[in-house]
Amino acid sequence: MWQSQKEHMKRCAGLSDIRKPGWRSIPIGGMLLEPGSALKYKTGDWRAFRPIVDETKCVNCLLCWIYCPDSSIVRKEKFVAINYDYCKGCGICAAECPTKAIRMEEEKR
Amino acid sequence: MVTLKELTTEEFFTSGHRLCAGCGEGTNVRMVLKALRGPTIIVNATGCLEVASTIYPYTSWRTSWVHVAFENAAAVASGIEAAYKALARRNAWDKHVDIIAFAGDGGTFDIGIQALSGALERGHDFLYVCIDNEAYMNTGIQRSGATPHGAATTTSPAGKKIPGKPEFKKDLIGICAAHGIEYAATASPAYWNDYITKLRKGLEVEGPAVIHTFSPCPLGMRHDSDKSIEVARLAVQTRYWPVYEVEKGKYKLNIKVTKPRPVIDFLKMQGRFGHLFQPQFQHEIDIIQQWVDENWKRITELCGESQVVKR
Amino acid sequence: MTRTMGLTGDEAIAYAAKQSNVDVVAAYPITPQTIIVEAFSEYVFDGEVHSEFVCVESEHSATSACIGASLTGARVFTATSSQGLALMHEMLYIASGLRCPIVMGVANRALSAPINIHGDHSDMMGSRDCGWLQIYAENAQEAYDWTIQAFKIAEDDNVLLPVSVNIDGFIISHSMEGIQVQEDKETLEFLSTRKPALTIDPDKPVTVGALCFTDYYFEVKRQQVEALDNSFKVIRKVNQEYKALTNRSYDTLETYGVEDAEAAIICLGSTAGTAKAVAKKLRDDGKKVGVIKLWVYRPFPTKEILETVKNLKALAVLDRACSFGAPYGALCSDVLSVLHGAGKELKVFNGVFGLGGRDITPTDIESVFNEALETAKTGVVKEPVKFIGVRE
Repeated sequence: MWQSQKEHMKRCAGLSDIRKPGWRSIPIGGMLLEPGSALKYKTGDWRAFRPIVDETKCVNCLLCWIYCPDSSIVRKEKFVAINYDYCKGCGICAAECPTKAIRMEEEKR
Repeated sequence: MVTLKELTTEEFFTSGHRLCAGCGEGTNVRMVLKALRGPTIIVNATGCLEVASTIYPYTSWRTSWVHVAFENAAAVASGIEAAYKALARRNAWDKHVDIIAFAGDGGTFDIGIQALSGALERGHDFLYVCIDNEAYMNTGIQRSGATPHGAATTTSPAGKKIPGKPEFKKDLIGICAAHGIEYAATASPAYWNDYITKLRKGLEVEGPAVIHTFSPCPLGMRHDSDKSIEVARLAVQTRYWPVYEVEKGKYKLNIKVTKPRPVIDFLKMQGRFGHLFQPQFQHEIDIIQQWVDENWKRITELCGESQVVKR
Repeated sequence: MTRTMGLTGDEAIAYAAKQSNVDVVAAYPITPQTIIVEAFSEYVFDGEVHSEFVCVESEHSATSACIGASLTGARVFTATSSQGLALMHEMLYIASGLRCPIVMGVANRALSAPINIHGDHSDMMGSRDCGWLQIYAENAQEAYDWTIQAFKIAEDDNVLLPVSVNIDGFIISHSMEGIQVQEDKETLEFLSTRKPALTIDPDKPVTVGALCFTDYYFEVKRQQVEALDNSFKVIRKVNQEYKALTNRSYDTLETYGVEDAEAAIICLGSTAGTAKAVAKKLRDDGKKVGVIKLWVYRPFPTKEILETVKNLKALAVLDRACSFGAPYGALCSDVLSVLHGAGKELKVFNGVFGLGGRDITPTDIESVFNEALETAKTGVVKEPVKFIGVRE
């Protein structure tokens, strides 16, 4: 447990190996000045199942893209792909795909 | 009307937030942010969205974003709107900024109703989006004024004597329309085209606009995480969640559900209604169906539609 | 250019806010602050100011709107009393936590229950830990002067904290005085426009109000402590600049006769005026008494207090609020803490008075002075906490 937690922290940028900043070094009032810094926090390891896209069946309707709560569908030229760094494996994309181009597979660890 | 291909690929609400897998709020917020038309400031009430998207030092927001407290999203938005008006008056500001307030059903129906009412009456120019998951989900699934009859929550549990919440859901859009605002509407993330069109309309209105959207919650409504959009779709298709708009006081039905599914199809997808399927509480399902029918009749009459209930 | 105007305490505060060119006023009426809100409304509706006046539906929404407005970089003002201040209690902490330099006029009024509309300090004392700077004005002149200075102190980059300017409800808020005011443009020049480094300008997006878990909350609070410490220097600087403009002097406290006094009264607000008048009469009779009037209550001016009491033998601390269950009233607790911390041998007793607007007369104050002199002579405190003016 401790080992995988360490692994998780390593995958999140920056703060695992250095001491957290003191009160003099952070902006006042708890303000966050870097928009979208959550991108440094990879939620991909939440998954128990991962979506796999069958590119031959994908018609690029983009429904999975608009429904994904985690912005983890990547729009490519002719079909979609999954951003596994953040995908939490909820399965909405597979459930909503009109051509059944996405299937959920158990995540192997 | 909108097409998915024309929507921006820019994500103003980035990945890396800690919302549950399959959370309806994530989908709802992404859809709202596809409707942006220019510089935007978001005011967010306390709740799942606020908490999961801004755990210091991480923030998922790429617009300016303000969280102050639970019950005052509309009041904070009022202050921001007033400030830019005043700054412009003394030539210290020349941009138009869209202000969007996000709040859950807790921060809107209950603790936030006062601030919302005040802001609507004063006519501030902002868009208020109530992301309704029908309970105080962030604090662990307690009942709210938006929780439907019969739903099990931790403060209206499925007990031996009382099977879930006895009271019925408040009519939020009716309350908002009573303030005489220019635009109020309901929406569902399963109908993204209607939703995004309405969001754009709401942003364009000069004055307050309210959009009340349904947000499925896998944990609190107790359904599988991949069923979120299906639940949001069934809510509409069973007429449980009528999708309509009120423009300058005139009601218009946007999604005409001519062949409705029985509400039991919506209920059986969610564990929060599971206890109603026991023999001693089955009549509650009839009560819910009756409420759905009466509500649909009321709304469609206001919309000038005649809808005969087919069952 | 100075001229004299006849203004009540409330009107003086509203006039100061007007001269300070505030951008947003979001306020809700409550006796005895109502005149502030009404006076400002007249300025707005007569087109005399550019301010946006948000007639909010409660005091809680008032502070909420002020916070939102302040974050855009606007200059913000509000006012309240008693129940209104209590209603905005959670927002007071948020305003200081988010470092919003809001200025608020408070016409201090007793907290219910029972419901009472008259002046005492229980409202602001009930929120004294909220992280705001708290200034007490003795009269309408001071209310006008401090409100203007408050904007400059609050908006200083080393402070960036909200400030409350307190006046005794009805006693000062509704009493007319002839006060000296300067020209609009002189006040404006003194204050200059607010130009904050960080705002919620959408061109430079920031996230305000993030969730800080156990690993960051403490650091943000520590920053606030630092800001309050920094404010002493800023208060003094602003006082000096204001004196250069108006020839009226301010500091964290004011004393009368303590240089050679054996016994003194320390208090806040209008009571200091009565105390000074009584002290003068007693001093003319050869009695060695003095008065210490705190202007700035938060941050507590420890150094200045220790300096002013150094020759005293006895001190009577008057509290216009009751801290139920506490060993002493709020002001007395603070005074005793700093005295003890500095190892000072000084006899102190507490007089709780004036609750619910109960008048404190020159006779009452004279007996307090006499008791203090007695204590100075005998070294014995007969009653650590007295209730002055209550019917037994």
